[in-house]
Amino acid sequence: MVKKTKSLNLNFGPQHPAAHGVLRLILELDGEVVEKADPHIGLLHRGTEKLIEQKTYTQALPYFDRLDYVAPMNQEHAFALAAEKLLKIEVPIRAKYIRVIFCEIGRILSHILNVTTQALDVGALTPSLWGFEERETLMTFYERASGSRLHANYFRTGGVHQDIPIKLLDDIEKFCKSFPKIIDDLEGLLTDNRIFKQRNVEIGVVSKQEALDHSFSGVMLRGSGVPWDLRRSQPYEIYNDLDFKIPIGKNGDCYDRYLCRIEEMRESVKIILQCIERIPKGPVKSIDGKISPPNRDDLKQSMEALIHHFKLFTEGYRVPKGDVYTAVEAPKGEFGVYLISDGSNKPYRCKIRAPGFSHLQAMDYLIRGHMLADVPAVLGSLDIVFGEVDR
Amino acid sequence: MEFYNFKKKLEEKETYKDNMIDNLKKLETYLNSELSIKIRNSLIENDELLIEVDQKDLVQVIQFLKSDDKCKFRQLIDIAGVDYPSDENRFELVYLFLSHENNNRIKLSTKFKINQIINSITKIFPSANWMEREVFDMYGIKFKNHPDLRRILTDYGFKGHPLRKDFPLTGFNEVRYSEKEKKVIYEPVKLEQNYRNFDFESPWEGTSYLKEIKKRNKW
Repeated sequence: MVKKTKSLNLNFGPQHPAAHGVLRLILELDGEVVEKADPHIGLLHRGTEKLIEQKTYTQALPYFDRLDYVAPMNQEHAFALAAEKLLKIEVPIRAKYIRVIFCEIGRILSHILNVTTQALDVGALTPSLWGFEERETLMTFYERASGSRLHANYFRTGGVHQDIPIKLLDDIEKFCKSFPKIIDDLEGLLTDNRIFKQRNVEIGVVSKQEALDHSFSGVMLRGSGVPWDLRRSQPYEIYNDLDFKIPIGKNGDCYDRYLCRIEEMRESVKIILQCIERIPKGPVKSIDGKISPPNRDDLKQSMEALIHHFKLFTEGYRVPKGDVYTAVEAPKGEFGVYLISDGSNKPYRCKIRAPGFSHLQAMDYLIRGHMLADVPAVLGSLDIVFGEVDR
Repeated sequence: MEFYNFKKKLEEKETYKDNMIDNLKKLETYLNSELSIKIRNSLIENDELLIEVDQKDLVQVIQFLKSDDKCKFRQLIDIAGVDYPSDENRFELVYLFLSHENNNRIKLSTKFKINQIINSITKIFPSANWMEREVFDMYGIKFKNHPDLRRILTDYGFKGHPLRKDFPLTGFNEVRYSEKEKKVIYEPVKLEQNYRNFDFESPWEGTSYLKEIKKRNKW
């Protein structure tokens, strides 16, 4: 007698705690083994690119906070750099330092979330409780600089919105001194933990070639042993002058990617400390009145400042015709903005290159042949945030 | 855990920008000599190299860029669609590539008419799959030999292609939960006030409405 087997279709999500947002995954199962995975995305699609086409360059910036909402300023950075490249303006040195400090804070924010929730997905609750306390501290730094914990809207074309308040740097420094201890604690819970290793080692293995073919970037690429980090290979801002290392994985599995993220947090702390040590005094945004708004005092005194202010907040500034692609090393990988300007005050086209989009695409190939229980583990190590995947 | 030693390369990196422009110039001449007739136009602008090809040569050129020893563009970064409603060749596709080995980027653009079907590059880059699906979803550009050309970001059963310039920002349908029917229903968009798009551009430099009057009256 021939035994008939039928594969089972399972609908994973869109409301599932381990789906990290609104992912709907149609899984084809043979027993407990996944034969095929078809991710359905777009449940959080807000038409960011379309909206940006209708807004001036200043108004377009806040949309970037809402992409990868766990590391908002890294996104803003890519857009600010793109507009600056088209306008051909220089950013004051103090602004560059502030930007780097907050981008690295964003990296830590994102990596804490990822590492701890990945642990949560495979069964460890404590790391997320410990990690989220630190995230809260970091978000107060965001709040003190920009006024909001998450949707900062702090970077501007030509610099940052305003100077950081006094004593903020001291508090960030204090945090940087105490935070490595927390990383050690997290590592104590996870790195040699038998269960954590069993769930992650040799799960979701990506070879070097496959990582390239699937357009992987960031930790997904470095975990597979490709030495590539935009902060080093195509340096922007002041990353060239800073001393930091790039952790590279060996096996390209979920565990190596976890280790990379842990090490990257340590390196970020080092970067922030170096920046705090070296940050000079000076202006924090471009002094070109046609691009950055005048300060409040000038507004009361100078007619020219008043006109500039009025023009900037109605018409905005015009960006020369042309197209440009700029990318930054966001916590999740290469976040890029392809900006086309037609010479008016609004972008003609703004294509957002989100790292998570390519990573999630490879889900089918990563999970094939794995068990159902490995789906959350692989998904967790891909570091997916739906804000940026769906845009 | 290993750390890659970038220090050795740091000195090179300081002149990264100068090197990059030189490399791009070399690459431009090399591509022009190798692909000669296939390249319609090439230019370096804002430190970026853009080459324009005909859509029928697209697959060959991309294959060349990936496999040639001097190019080594092994990674497809993104595919961006652009809509120019007033042009004869309405759509443009821009392919962005990255070479880790040579540390440079290239943009490849192709322009074509509205009903043109483009060859898919999923055979060369598996990651093009979703990127082409997104372009299809947003612009309605069809791809030949694509394994699974479905909509990706928009709703199930969505009509229209949102990133086309003639698609209204507010869309056509809105969704709400109907207490009467006990389900989510679709209705035509009802707004208290239409989306207002002000033209703030400086009259001294010529706003669009002034430009139109000028054109009409041939000032």
